[in-house]
Amino acid sequence: MTVTAVRKDPDTLTMILDAEFYASPERVWQLWADPRQLERWWGPPTYPATVTSHDLRPGGRVEYHMTGPEGDESRGYWEVVEADAPRRLVFRDGFANADGTANSALPLNEARVTIAEIGEGRTRMTIQSIFPDASAMEQLIAMGMEEGLRQAVGQIDAILAARVRA
Amino acid sequence: MQIAPPDFDRMFGALADATRRDIVRRAVDAEEGVAELASHYPMSFAAVQKHVAILERAGLVTKERSGRRKIVRTNPEGLRVARRLLDRYEQLWLGRIDRMTTLVADPHHTKETKR
Repeated sequence: MTVTAVRKDPDTLTMILDAEFYASPERVWQLWADPRQLERWWGPPTYPATVTSHDLRPGGRVEYHMTGPEGDESRGYWEVVEADAPRRLVFRDGFANADGTANSALPLNEARVTIAEIGEGRTRMTIQSIFPDASAMEQLIAMGMEEGLRQAVGQIDAILAARVRA
Repeated sequence: MQIAPPDFDRMFGALADATRRDIVRRAVDAEEGVAELASHYPMSFAAVQKHVAILERAGLVTKERSGRRKIVRTNPEGLRVARRLLDRYEQLWLGRIDRMTTLVADPHHTKETKR
């Protein structure tokens, strides 16, 4: 596991994740910049991603869908805000309808990716995930990014444990 | 990115609220109806009723008749489903980083020459 830190700040609606790789910044940048590589890590093994459009420039758009075990498809897209190879990428991640249009009922969250060399052949990638507002964060709690989620897990565990004892 | 069953939004929307999590906790004992539950919170009966309805739709609680009363009861199977979903999402980004690490080490995908 190369994740070195995960910090969550509910007050600023932010999650920050640090990861280190034994690779150059250029190599880490390719994970985002090469659609064939992106689709090998964006989706979980059970929901592999297929990137259908990939324009990693400010104002550009990345479109993808993820295919589930039953053949079900979920579509999503990024709006690229900043792209400064190999150091910085900022994009808004949103859901899309089956026809590819943006689903505005579900919130966008902004991801800021910073890639920096830290010596001895290592590179640190920091992903800062910023939620547009508290209600959006509530919806995106689903992604496992906020303290409330841990509280919910803890409470559920306590309830299930209490039932076993009862 | 949406990688969950359709119930996902409903389930997490239901659990994203502190009052509703508290109702789920209290309803494990299955002793109280909506009116009794409402007495624990500084909000109206109608507001608590709404919270219970959201939990009911998410499959986290059920209402059952006991004489003239309707008792709110936590549905353990709903909780287990929620727990599995929560675990899965907790792992989402960690899984991505893991896959990135594997990919970075894969010589097939290393386009540049030397580090």
